[in-house]
Amino acid sequence: MVSTVAEQGEDEQDSSDRPAGDGGAGRTTASSAGTAPQVDRLNWRVRLRRDKSLILMTLPAVGLLLVFNYLPMVGTITAFQYYDPLDGIRNSQWAGLANFRQLFGDPLFWHAMENTLYISAVQLVLFFPIPILLALLLNSVLNSRIRSVVQAITFLPHFYSWVLVVTLFQQMIGGAGLLNQFLRQHNAGTWDFMTNPHTFSLLVTSQVVWKDAGWGIIVFLAALSAIDQNLYEAAASDGAGRWRRLWHITLPGMRSVIVLMLVLRLGNALSVGFEQLLIQRFAVGHDAADVLDTFSFYYGIGTQNYSYGAAAGIFKSVISLLLIWGANKLAHRFGEDGLYRK
Amino acid sequence: MTTLTAPPVRGRSRPRNPHRPVWEEPPTAAGQTAKGLTLGTVVLLIIVPVYCVVLTSVSTPGAINRAGGLVLVPDGITFDPYTTMLSGGPVRRALVVTLAITVVGTAISMVVSVLCAYGLSRSRSLGHRFLLMLLVLTMFVSGGLIPTFLVVSELGGYGKYWSLILPSAVSVFNILVLRSFYSSTAAELIDAARMDGASEWRILWSVVLPTSRAVTAVITLFYAVGYWNTFFNVMLYMPADSQKWPLQYVLYEYVNLGMNMPGQVNSGFGVSGHSQTAPLSLQMAVVVLTLLPIMLVFPFMQKHFAKGMLTGAIKG
Repeated sequence: MVSTVAEQGEDEQDSSDRPAGDGGAGRTTASSAGTAPQVDRLNWRVRLRRDKSLILMTLPAVGLLLVFNYLPMVGTITAFQYYDPLDGIRNSQWAGLANFRQLFGDPLFWHAMENTLYISAVQLVLFFPIPILLALLLNSVLNSRIRSVVQAITFLPHFYSWVLVVTLFQQMIGGAGLLNQFLRQHNAGTWDFMTNPHTFSLLVTSQVVWKDAGWGIIVFLAALSAIDQNLYEAAASDGAGRWRRLWHITLPGMRSVIVLMLVLRLGNALSVGFEQLLIQRFAVGHDAADVLDTFSFYYGIGTQNYSYGAAAGIFKSVISLLLIWGANKLAHRFGEDGLYRK
Repeated sequence: MTTLTAPPVRGRSRPRNPHRPVWEEPPTAAGQTAKGLTLGTVVLLIIVPVYCVVLTSVSTPGAINRAGGLVLVPDGITFDPYTTMLSGGPVRRALVVTLAITVVGTAISMVVSVLCAYGLSRSRSLGHRFLLMLLVLTMFVSGGLIPTFLVVSELGGYGKYWSLILPSAVSVFNILVLRSFYSSTAAELIDAARMDGASEWRILWSVVLPTSRAVTAVITLFYAVGYWNTFFNVMLYMPADSQKWPLQYVLYEYVNLGMNMPGQVNSGFGVSGHSQTAPLSLQMAVVVLTLLPIMLVFPFMQKHFAKGMLTGAIKG
């Protein structure tokens, strides 16, 4: 979704470069019509004078991004240092690739990697289809009131914080939660889902479903509403039943959005709920809950071995970029735009 | 076919749903039941936990004892946990801190984002392609957790409130949504204003902002919810400073991890004379407190929201 907007941005530029729509530019062109028919050919100094307040407006945001997003990119060089807080980034000793060598020989790191991929795979299989199915179901409900109420209710948990979601889960299915309270009262034994490392990936996935399925529903419903209703009527009068229509009209109509969401999911395969896992690491133990992000947090900041954590971070970023690139290639192969065009 | 298109009968015993397209098959009873059950379950799964927590937070200790924990059926109502919680102590302080962070942070984020979005919304302006690239790039590449932490720390942000606000003050996604609105709405109005000699600042304030109230409201809510939910930055920059914790972190420490609330669960109750209040109701009251603003604001915004999101995400 993120990328759709970004792409649109590019789209708009391309299309809106033709019709002027810019009064200031129009005026300048008019005054120097003979010499510079194309606005883009204008002297940059003229354009700077014309656009200086526009540029000024972007500066606060650009400044914040430079400090808090671009400066840390430079700061990744700490991964090649023995960073010491007392010396700062500039004076710390160089380590070369020592941190990476240590990282790749660290069984805890590979365990975190394994957990990450495992949880990611479980989420892909169990979470990804649910918003699509629910959106299809909701779309088939004719009563618009029911539809919007259900949509609103499922959308709401998207705005809960992870602490809140985990707390609610804890109160429902945790050791002292509602479910076990019920089981105890009926002498049925107890079952604490919150601290069981074996079912942890399922727990994490069900939390993601609970929190974010409603968000996904909105995206897929939008795709559904863009499908031409006449197609359905034509298909029905040609004798296509509801399953055939689903297969031949609805799913192809949702295809690009599904592929886009899939590309995003694959690109983020190494980010599996940082906050969510951090909060539950204490309850379920690091063996089940450590993923790449929490690894980098605990062994980077927790033990103040900053360079080591930064190295783990770089490793994750590089693999993530490769994943985005690969997922996009895949999308192009299927004839879709994916995240960016060919 | 003509019998099928008979005028829809309003009322209880209508033969077919007027909203159903003529060409569509009549629904099967099994299908309708399955559909209803699925949607009903989904809605219950989302509502029941919140209902339970809210009810427990206003239940008397007796009711909680009889239920053996969370309360499902109203059995005795008291607002003691709320008066205890709000009469002083860590939760009230956290509430004040969180409100301040939310208000200040949202204000900063909105000013910065609206300005930037408008500044980038005029196509052909000098450098807007470059600046846009600069923004979009941060969505795909980041320095990562540790370097960000080190930069904020080296700038002196450790333990300071600004470290909860400034590092995440700019959301490029939000700026792009705003920008796509600004560049598509009211081009004639903007041109007219410019002809009349209005400055860009003036145009933004008197033309663009009044015509895009819905999207402004949606983005404001986005930011406000983000600040209200501030958690991880607290864990990064002020994990030991319990005086400065916002609500989410208090929820984490005192409810999620079940730590003792200093001066509230142990000694505070004796002081305020509510020593028999069950801590569970107090814990649930903290949960409700973090939940409440989102619940209150959501119905009002829901309508704008779906609209704003749809146009932002998939061009409508």
